[in-house]
Amino acid sequence: MILSLIWLAFVVIALIFSLYTGTEAAVGAAALEGAGAAVEFLLAVGGIICLWCAVMELMRCCGIADVLARALRPALRRLFPGASEDREIMQALSANVSANLLGLGNAATPMGIQAARGMARLGESGIASDELCRLVVLNTASIQLLPTTIAAIRAAEGADTPFDILPAVWISSAVSVIVGLAAARLMEKRK
Amino acid sequence: MMSTILALAVPLILAFVGICAAVKGVDAFRTMSKGVLEGLKTVKDMFPALLVLFPAIYMLRASGALDAFTDFLRPFFGLLGIPSEVAPLALLRPVSGGAATAAAADIIHSAGADSLVGRTAAVMMGSSETTLYVIAVYFGAAKIKDTRHAIPAALCADAAVFLVSAWICRLLYG
Repeated sequence: MILSLIWLAFVVIALIFSLYTGTEAAVGAAALEGAGAAVEFLLAVGGIICLWCAVMELMRCCGIADVLARALRPALRRLFPGASEDREIMQALSANVSANLLGLGNAATPMGIQAARGMARLGESGIASDELCRLVVLNTASIQLLPTTIAAIRAAEGADTPFDILPAVWISSAVSVIVGLAAARLMEKRK
Repeated sequence: MMSTILALAVPLILAFVGICAAVKGVDAFRTMSKGVLEGLKTVKDMFPALLVLFPAIYMLRASGALDAFTDFLRPFFGLLGIPSEVAPLALLRPVSGGAATAAAADIIHSAGADSLVGRTAAVMMGSSETTLYVIAVYFGAAKIKDTRHAIPAALCADAAVFLVSAWICRLLYG
């Protein structure tokens, strides 16, 4: 629904603006150009996305995600003391975080939902517990080590080295996780 | 040293994962082929949203509305040290993954992939998620009605990404 509103707003604003700035011809052409550009974009990006999915699948099959999940467990125990007593939740939780780090989006979400359901069971029904909020904040802050889609877009647009933004992405992701968790911590005390 | 590693990031990862597969006795070729089909599904799922949203954003750019919007925000964003060209991306990012992808592609295309604006857009996109969608999925699945502080805390994190990615890019690539 919200997407329909965004889309409609774009179209109506473009229409009104074109009359105002006298760019009617350009806007008319742009509507069709955009459709072609969407296909070109997906073709350029699609190959790279497929290659990454292949690499990720191989990582998963080699057990790299499991090794990472085990390494993360001590840190997660401190962040989620309540959930850490339940083995099943802890397993889903560490699998979720390790899949997120590796960019295995398809694997991360089901694991995260399993952990979220477990945490919801531990708390009052229908009300998000502090730890559940923390889990959701952790998942809304991207912690992906290799942001492959954006690297694919950069490669398609002719960047010299598509991955040279990695240091900036890591710093900015780390800040987002820290700020998110700190904000959650500050707000959870105020009922 | 660092730039060599980043330039060789993809081959290094391929080699690393390939060696892991060889050591573990995993059939790398067959596994990767399976992964490619997964990827094709991802691309297929991206297609409808992008095809609907690209024309809308192209029209917005051609009409001059996008430039007017960024010009309008320039004084305020300048104060914060952020290039105002990335404003549309920042506004769309938490709401819609498709719209944000289209906006990021448009910004990177018109500013250039290796320009400061292009890099800032890329870092913003790469270090954030479709926050409101993720919240809806998780709380929906866990049957939570009272989400308490989850949404404001997650949006704080998004605001931080927005500011920090602009600052870092200016520091590293400005």
